[in-house]
Amino acid sequence: MRPLCPWRLVPLAAAAALAACSGGSPSEGGAVRKNDAPAWQGAGNPYVAEGWKAGDQTSWEQQMRVRVQGQNEYTRGSGG
Amino acid sequence: MARMKFICDAERCIECNGCVTACKAEHEVPWGVNRRRVVTMNDGQPGERSISVACMHCSDAPCMAVCPVDCFYRTDDGVVLHDKDVCIGCGYCSYACPFGAPQFPANGQFGLRGKMDKCTFCAGGPEDNGSAAENEKYGRNRLAEGKLPICAEMCSTKALLGGDGDMVADIFRTRVLTRGKGSEVWGWGTAYGKPGGTPPKTGTTKS
Repeated sequence: MRPLCPWRLVPLAAAAALAACSGGSPSEGGAVRKNDAPAWQGAGNPYVAEGWKAGDQTSWEQQMRVRVQGQNEYTRGSGG
Repeated sequence: MARMKFICDAERCIECNGCVTACKAEHEVPWGVNRRRVVTMNDGQPGERSISVACMHCSDAPCMAVCPVDCFYRTDDGVVLHDKDVCIGCGYCSYACPFGAPQFPANGQFGLRGKMDKCTFCAGGPEDNGSAAENEKYGRNRLAEGKLPICAEMCSTKALLGGDGDMVADIFRTRVLTRGKGSEVWGWGTAYGKPGGTPPKTGTTKS
């Protein structure tokens, strides 16, 4: 049987080394981040503000615009 | 889709720490953790200025980039949140954050570092919106209740504004144009000096 040339082993050794160094994501095997529900789906508790409908994204966005403008004296002062 | 941001008007902040107190009370933040702080420059000298600082919910957040366990995520509204069940409390995020937002409760006799805690923009965490589990780990989820962060809504002088970045920027711009000053207090010129002008004063800072 013909002996294997040493230089032919180089790619095999490199592949083995790379395989040893690579792994999955750092969290693999550990805790996995949970998915979060969007805020417009509502909190489902008694503290939800009035004036919008939970589960309706457009309604929530409008509610956010109203609340932001609540911080603006220039519109509050004029009754706008 | 909104991109939630805070902005603090240094011409209006009176260092009352109402935002800090409101945040701690609303979320029952553990002892030793301040999700929000008021920072004062040139304290006690003429021209002193204060701003309220918390997580800025960066668009390209360095905390997310360095986290070795990928516990951070960004909501559709641009709020940077994290999962405490994944966090290992390593502290990389606190080194990466330029605002000192990540906090670690010292809940042990020898300063044991617990899970990271930071401002959530009052948007809770990955647990069910408004649930007891979410409230216990992250505090109230006011966004899911149709409200804005308590710090901004409680601010008595309306120095601290929170909400969609474009809208709060419009409010701030209107103020600056109306009073004719105030935009120069914080920013590039304060940090690095103005072109052809004098370098910035070195003053005392407290928080």
